Amino acid sequence: MALLDHVTLLLNMMRIRRMEEVCAELYTQEKIRGFLHLYIGEEAVAAGVLSLMRPQDNVMATYREHGHALLKGVSAKQILAEMFGKVEGCSHGRGGSMHLFSSVNRFFGGNAIVASGIPQAAGLALAAKRLKEDRHTVCFFGEGAMAEGAFHETMNMAELWKIPLLFCCENNLYAMGTALKRSQSQMDLVKKANAYNVTANSVDGMNIIEVIEKTQIALDFIKREQRPYFLEFKTYRFRPHSMFDPELYRNKEEVMNWKEKCPILTFKGHLLQKNMISELQIQELTLKVEKEIQEAIIFAEQGTWEPIEDLEKHVYENDL
Amino acid sequence: MKMTYREALREGLKNALEENPNVFLVGEDVGAYGGTYAVTKGFLETYGPERIMDAPLSEVGFTGIGIGAAMGGLRPIVEIMTVNFSLLALDQIINSAAILRHMSGGQISVPLVIRMTTGGGRQLGAQHSHSFEGWYAHIPGIKILAPATVEDARSCLSYALKDPDPVLIFEHALLLNTSEEVGELPEIRSPFKAVVRKSGTALTLITYGGMLNRCLEAAKEFEKLGKEIEVIDLRCLRPLDNETIFQSVKKNHRVLIVDEGWKSGSLSAEISARIMENCFFDLDAPVERLCRREVPIPYARHLELAAIPQADEIIKKIQEIIK
Ligand SMILES: Cc1ncc(C[n+]2csc(CCOP(=O)(O)OP(=O)(O)O)c2C)c(N)n1
Repeated sequence: MALLDHVTLLLNMMRIRRMEEVCAELYTQEKIRGFLHLYIGEEAVAAGVLSLMRPQDNVMATYREHGHALLKGVSAKQILAEMFGKVEGCSHGRGGSMHLFSSVNRFFGGNAIVASGIPQAAGLALAAKRLKEDRHTVCFFGEGAMAEGAFHETMNMAELWKIPLLFCCENNLYAMGTALKRSQSQMDLVKKANAYNVTANSVDGMNIIEVIEKTQIALDFIKREQRPYFLEFKTYRFRPHSMFDPELYRNKEEVMNWKEKCPILTFKGHLLQKNMISELQIQELTLKVEKEIQEAIIFAEQGTWEPIEDLEKHVYENDL
Repeated sequence: MKMTYREALREGLKNALEENPNVFLVGEDVGAYGGTYAVTKGFLETYGPERIMDAPLSEVGFTGIGIGAAMGGLRPIVEIMTVNFSLLALDQIINSAAILRHMSGGQISVPLVIRMTTGGGRQLGAQHSHSFEGWYAHIPGIKILAPATVEDARSCLSYALKDPDPVLIFEHALLLNTSEEVGELPEIRSPFKAVVRKSGTALTLITYGGMLNRCLEAAKEFEKLGKEIEVIDLRCLRPLDNETIFQSVKKNHRVLIVDEGWKSGSLSAEISARIMENCFFDLDAPVERLCRREVPIPYARHLELAAIPQADEIIKKIQEIIK
């Protein structure tokens, strides 16, 4: 399997980070409206797992999915245009921040009902297996989703029916304001998966190399055994849950402590220390990212509004 | 040849499974048990566990898996044991199946068929007697079929499977043992349009599903008196076939709608409103409705009968309208 080189891995995390920062700015300028959930702090998970995804692989994500969409091949232009509500957006302005879709990139959303995408991902994986297609199917969700029935029902059926699905739990410790310890009687998430006989592993989600190594093991297992696998990525979101969150449920010290583990800073440090990258190269990467994102903003800004006459399009394939 | 509604459903499923290797059936007790209503008896042995999948009691889960499998290129038929339990799967049906196409700007197609039995009348009590098909018809993005005849029970599935959008099929539990004379091959007639089951000029009687036979029975009584009642079988509750309804109303000027669902905020209310909006000046009398009484369905036989429209009530109502 083609693994991205270290510089590209760093670049991809920087792309997500910068795009998210810009989204926050555009939100305060009211260019982006609605709910906006940022992925800042969790980049190593998406960048690591998606470095192993090929164009034909299926990815299902949540409402905190900008980064996943970007690394699955949806352009920053299309993503920002979508958040602006423009017809050039990846969902033609019908979806918004929480509903990014791209069928050509096999990116299936963008689901804003917690845990709702999980059984659908199992269905995609089942289809790929039955149709003998060479595809991985990966499903991202937060630890909060693990309290939902849809999660438990799917874990059970995935193992029962030998569905080759990779469950990726992004455990950032909080579901909105509810800490894991206040929502789960069993806080060891690997044990939860094991309860369904699903093989599982826990990963330092702030360390992209570990993310990649353990994801590769999981994918190999799934391919060999044609069964599901569960990965818990221990991570942290540095920003509020959404733009409306006053963060009453955690203290600044905790956030500061986690920020020291920033997946981008630590990976940069690691690469510099090992002479795998130079300061100059990092500057070049920064400029490259800035260019991509600035072009995306211009693209989104220059995008057009879908005519209101088209409002009732896309409800059915053929207009009734 | 004579065929029961149950046999017709069975034949429809059989044809679907034989026509397309990507079609599979998933639901509770569809396999080893032979189907809750014995519709799929022997299927597991014939088609194997990959195509006849006995699901655990996980309505949200297996409906979601059906949606994903449909997006992934298979042609799943999800069977939900009865409409009552479909409430557990509502999130998947409404928040995903119905809206993924629109929400993705037209990119994602969910060609999924969901079948379930519906209706009251078997003294099963309030939790097992719902009639929610009209309620589902509220939702853009899905299509709703309610086969009322043996022929429709046999042929509607193949049309549903050819549709690129999610189609929900509501099979009325009381009809399973009814039988009819049918031809050798399933009829070639789209189930997405209404059909005039009996033509007449005295009144337009609009109905569907489990109420059709009662309406035809009532119409027969009037035939004896020399009054011809026109009976429309809607067959498809979304999209509604306005044309067939309006044509009949404009001809007959009097309307009764018989709907097994509750009256408030119902399909019957929707049809009535459409008639008012489009045929107001053609009406000689207010549009009338006979619906399920606004109570949870009680267990006791006499109370249940009183709660759901019966033929004698329909006759009485027609008399009032055409007197
Ligand atoms: C079924 C459902 N219930 C509640 C919500 C509101 N909600 C949105 S995000 C969220 C927290 C989810 O937390 P988690 O799954 O851990 O993901 P995270 O936001 O931390 O990435 C809640 C409660 C929802 N969108 N869907």
